Amino acid sequence: MIQAIFGQLLLGLINGSFYALLSLGLAIIFGLLDVVNFAHGAQYMMGAFLAWMGLQYLGVGYWWALFLAPAAVGLTGILIERLFLRRLQGLDPLYGLLLTFGLALIIEGAFHRAYGNSGNGYPVPAALAGGFDLGFVYLPRYRAWVVLVSGMVCFVSWFVIERTRLGAYLRAGTENRRLLQAFGINVPLMFTITYGFGVALAAFAGVMAAPIYQVSPHMGSSLIMVVFAVVVIGGMGSIMGAIVTGVGIGLVEGFTKFLYPPAASVVVFVIMALVLLVRPAGLFGRLR
Amino acid sequence: MHRWIASAVLALSLGGRALAADAAKGKVSDDVVKIGVLTDMTGYYSDLSGPGSLEAAKMAAEDFGGKVLGKPIEVVGADHQLKAEVASTVARKWVDEEHVDAIVDLVSSSTALAVMPVAAQKKRITLLSGPGTTAITGEKCTPYTVHYTYNNWALAHGTGGAVVRQGGDTWYFITADYVFGKSLEADTAAVVKAAGGKVLGDALHPSPGTTDFSSYLLQAQASGAKIIGLANAGQDTINSIKQANEFGITKKQNLAGLLVFISDVHSLGLATAKGMYLTTAFYWDRDDASRKWAKRFYDRTKRMPTMVQAGVASAVGHYLRAVQAAGTDDADAVMAKMREMPVNDFFAQDGRIGPDGLHRHAMYLVQVKAPDESKAPWDYYKIVKTIPAAEAFPPVDEQRCPCTPAYADATKCPYLGK
Repeated sequence: MIQAIFGQLLLGLINGSFYALLSLGLAIIFGLLDVVNFAHGAQYMMGAFLAWMGLQYLGVGYWWALFLAPAAVGLTGILIERLFLRRLQGLDPLYGLLLTFGLALIIEGAFHRAYGNSGNGYPVPAALAGGFDLGFVYLPRYRAWVVLVSGMVCFVSWFVIERTRLGAYLRAGTENRRLLQAFGINVPLMFTITYGFGVALAAFAGVMAAPIYQVSPHMGSSLIMVVFAVVVIGGMGSIMGAIVTGVGIGLVEGFTKFLYPPAASVVVFVIMALVLLVRPAGLFGRLR
Repeated sequence: MHRWIASAVLALSLGGRALAADAAKGKVSDDVVKIGVLTDMTGYYSDLSGPGSLEAAKMAAEDFGGKVLGKPIEVVGADHQLKAEVASTVARKWVDEEHVDAIVDLVSSSTALAVMPVAAQKKRITLLSGPGTTAITGEKCTPYTVHYTYNNWALAHGTGGAVVRQGGDTWYFITADYVFGKSLEADTAAVVKAAGGKVLGDALHPSPGTTDFSSYLLQAQASGAKIIGLANAGQDTINSIKQANEFGITKKQNLAGLLVFISDVHSLGLATAKGMYLTTAFYWDRDDASRKWAKRFYDRTKRMPTMVQAGVASAVGHYLRAVQAAGTDDADAVMAKMREMPVNDFFAQDGRIGPDGLHRHAMYLVQVKAPDESKAPWDYYKIVKTIPAAEAFPPVDEQRCPCTPAYADATKCPYLGK
């Protein structure tokens, strides 16, 4: 009994780490650019796919992929910002949502066309194979690594944004970009880099996910809805909210899977509806 | 999306419209024998069915010389997006406006069950290769349906029976939460219990849409069952197997994939899938005829055919031979010929279509090879046992199909007497 609860909670924590990584990127992008990045799931998939392609065609292993794939996908993000998103600035956020949604469909469709639908397996790196028997559950070493690394990445991102000068500029840009520009900060450049970074985070989560899930063109689309719900619950644009809610929702899902499994896939949306009723701006958000 | 599909279908059918202008005359209605492949072209099951099924149907038409009874054979395809309402809308359009004579494949049981009555009411034939539920030739049967490739009964008896005989007598199911998965679980559970085994529990997962199976696997692990039966398909099965390996579950418990396609094994890799037993209707490396046909399919698609795709080609070939033999494309006459003539081709030897519409042919219990046993690409299976048709599929009496002549009763079969 206790064993089962702990097992499910641990799995929840692992899933929560993914939610946190993904919703963090979304929150950063929305916070500064006011763009609801619907391409996030596709960019997550691209990260996983680039890792797989690197291994398949170039012999680039997991550890390199962990840096190279996010960098490459981040670059495509920078291009997207420069070529498209920039033109939508000042318009209703709905335009950005539609644009990124369209991009997601195109990207997923292209990968589907090239690689089919069943996807490809990606091996767990040798150093992280195997696992620990915790008594109540067998914890694969790789999943422990996922929790550890996403925890670190989330902490570093939070620290940079909340505690450094660069982060102060970012936060200032979220509040009032015109004023920031008046102080001589290159705000358009900051936008580009921020979008690129948010996208790179998605791709990073993708590389982390590659050894766990099948690397397939639609791996992101099943995850993205939950991640959006996480961001809405946490408060659109709130960094802390995204991280805490991501992990929290993972745990709640895990607990629901223990109590009443069929409800596990909807519990996050029920929570979202409740939170919106009580705190329309989300748990950590502020109305603007 | 609906509109897009509709216009695509419309575009595909323009050729047919021109022919249809001069009213039906002669023995072939509308002067064309038109075959519509309706399946999942882009979604979860598109690798095991999808464009490959369309290609397989085209190959069958080409093998027939592109003409039957002097009239052209036309093959069209459409995407049902795994949605029952999309499937029945396309089917209705095909049947009412576009002179489609036979609708083929229909992967996923819910789409098949939605299309069968639409086609049967207008006396059009459905040749099902992708779906598995036994209801197709059971209580939901029609006089115009052929369930061609496999059904859940065959999978349950093939794999379930073999596993229990080898000592795997306690089971826990991880089941896709829709018609197909539940029916597969029920059929397998019945086989397990009949053989003296026990079912300790099950976990239903949403499908499609589940990527993380670890919590279901953990429940299966906690149950202590010797065998974890995967009553799901495609991506769901792939992720279940992959994650079962990751969590070390396969060290103490064994997996039984109840519906595993060669496309799944291909993307899992032999290192992960090795040793698994599964039941299939077709394996390319079985004999000269199957190798020859599969090689042609491979040259066109760069993949070896799944049993669903091979079944589509064989079913279309059998249908065309029946049209030829009947001298007409009238559904009643063609169905009678299809039942009368045995299937002898690269897919089946002496396959017989029963009065219930079920195609009874040999099935194969296979085991996935270990990486060092595999000599060439797609060299994946060892055939452990050939299951003869009489053992592989349920007898007609057990089916309770109200449309079989033995049960014929106009009140219970809505399609007779019209």
